[in-house]
Amino acid sequence: MPKVIRVNMTDLSVRIEEAPAAWAGLGGRALTSTVVAAEVPPTCHPLGPNNKLVFAPGLLSGTAAGNAGRMSAGAKSPLTGTIKESNAGGTCGRMLGRLDIKAIIIEGQPASTDAWYNIRISNEGVVVEPETETVGLNNFAVLESVARRYGEDKGVITIGSAGENLMLISNISTRDPEGKLRSFGRGGLGAVMGSKRVKFITIDQDGTRPVPLVDSAAFKAANMVFTKALKDHPVSGQGLPTYGTAVLVNILHEIGGLPTRNFTSGQCEHHDMISGEHMYDTIVARGGEPTHGCSLGCVIQCSQVYNDKDGKYLTSGFEYETIWAFGADCLIDNLDLIAECDNVMDDLGVDSIETPVMFGVAMEAGILKFGDGKEVLRLLREEIGKATPLGRVLGGGTALVGKTYGVARVPVVKGQGIPAYDPRSVKGIGVTYATTTQGADHTAGYAVATNVLNVGGKVDPLSNVGQVELSRNLQIATAAIDSTGLCLFIAFPALDIAECLPATVDMLNARFGTKLTMDDVVGLGKTVLKLEHEFNLAAGIGPEQDRLPEFFELEAIAPHNVKWDMDQKELATFWNF
Amino acid sequence: MVMRITVKLFATFRENRFKEARREYPPGTTVADVAAELEIEAGLIGMIFIHGRAAELDRVLEEGDVLALFPLLGGG
Ligand code: SF4
Repeated sequence: MPKVIRVNMTDLSVRIEEAPAAWAGLGGRALTSTVVAAEVPPTCHPLGPNNKLVFAPGLLSGTAAGNAGRMSAGAKSPLTGTIKESNAGGTCGRMLGRLDIKAIIIEGQPASTDAWYNIRISNEGVVVEPETETVGLNNFAVLESVARRYGEDKGVITIGSAGENLMLISNISTRDPEGKLRSFGRGGLGAVMGSKRVKFITIDQDGTRPVPLVDSAAFKAANMVFTKALKDHPVSGQGLPTYGTAVLVNILHEIGGLPTRNFTSGQCEHHDMISGEHMYDTIVARGGEPTHGCSLGCVIQCSQVYNDKDGKYLTSGFEYETIWAFGADCLIDNLDLIAECDNVMDDLGVDSIETPVMFGVAMEAGILKFGDGKEVLRLLREEIGKATPLGRVLGGGTALVGKTYGVARVPVVKGQGIPAYDPRSVKGIGVTYATTTQGADHTAGYAVATNVLNVGGKVDPLSNVGQVELSRNLQIATAAIDSTGLCLFIAFPALDIAECLPATVDMLNARFGTKLTMDDVVGLGKTVLKLEHEFNLAAGIGPEQDRLPEFFELEAIAPHNVKWDMDQKELATFWNF
Repeated sequence: MVMRITVKLFATFRENRFKEARREYPPGTTVADVAAELEIEAGLIGMIFIHGRAAELDRVLEEGDVLALFPLLGGG
């Protein structure tokens, strides 16, 4: 029987329960959001004893399904005050699938803040022990310590110093197959883990067997159709593996949607220096790997290993959003410096979107100059890393820095930094930023695909027509995909190749012996969105917060000279389903 | 009479070609004509932008146009 592990940090007790029958069809985001909505009082303080931190592998985790290596973390977010789901690659999702663990729920809070703990999960049970060795250490040192003490092959979920210091920009990191880091990036979940005084969790899959399949022949057949679609589609089969997500830099620059200099222009002069094409050439010239996976079983492999000029590892999982934020929004025209910032952020355990978007506002505030990558590194290491008073202000994220320094141009929705696509020139993504239950988040309903990339049809990015419907359909589909453990990038082939999505439903049915249809999966997406929305309403985050910051309505952006002009009433129709 | 067009190429389209070039074409030239001249298979073109706005293959170019051609790409 599938298990649920509850670790109560108030009295350090562990309960291993049978998963309720009602959770049978839930995994990933559907399960983290169901648990948070059912068990966390919406009005609780996110860093208090009533919040819960939930980890859930996806429904297909642990199977041989292509790109099924993602798992979800959920809680009430201290950054946004909303419900939060954040997912990441790494090795843990797969291991939890094999261990038949549907969820790990961390509840309560120790009365004293003197001690830290580690949690170790294996086939034999769960151990909670005081932790001293890694306290105060950052993520790479934690991985080393865990490997030395418990073995190289363990799954690890950890926080760096930023999470220990309860910073709102902190994330939760997890070990990838190569022993580097992947992150549950957004929403300050590292602070939630820190508030529970949990420094790290290890997962040990020794003694487990392959995940049982009700119909393994049907599973294999469906997986073949699925992986063929991933390989056949030009985006997932060619573009992403070659250039990674940074290929978007030149595209967004070209259409005037690349937010530059804290969202004051849609184009960046040195775009070619920070582009995916330039990154690819650099990686190849220095003996790095342009094509790399964040988890086992990834067919697409959008990740990469980026070396410095001496051919030594600098960073991996070097994403468009990070490169955009430092490169264009903060005007740092040097990819090596940005890679170094990326590595330091991974180590401290801070969100690589929130942090550089915050720096854009800090630059506008005059804390440092636009383009000063060296000073960014110093502030990361010496102020945020050491939790000085300035470091804590910066570590409070984009909105807090804006407030503290009286900046009016603060790109956030529900307190979370707006990512790499300007909503004035890509209006569909603006609808997603405004309406998603998560605070500004491009992945929640990636309208860029249809507005700009001509995937899943075409909707004019500069017109308001059709954007609410587009964002709604994408948000519903995304909520469903986020529940399977499949990586969201399967959406590119899924939007264009008819057999792709039905193949994922066939895999679910072959795994569990169910008779789900596409309609059921869409229904699951709708249910997830609605229960997340209800949580937010009960938390006091109402429709008046489903909007973009005012400056988007006041300031036209070059080159198309466009403002955000979507009617609030039209936006509110998003929830009509 | 010739038209001067700035052509920008991206990703794989740059291989054995160029990043950006000012080129001359006779009036009436379409996007498809430019692609053919550059030996870019029309079926591989994913995005066409003229002055940063989406355009189709049959669009007739005008003097001073900035044309950008991308294969089908994505990210997020
Ligand atoms: S496509 Fe990228 S994000 Fe998705 S599983 Fe593969 S490496 Fe990870």
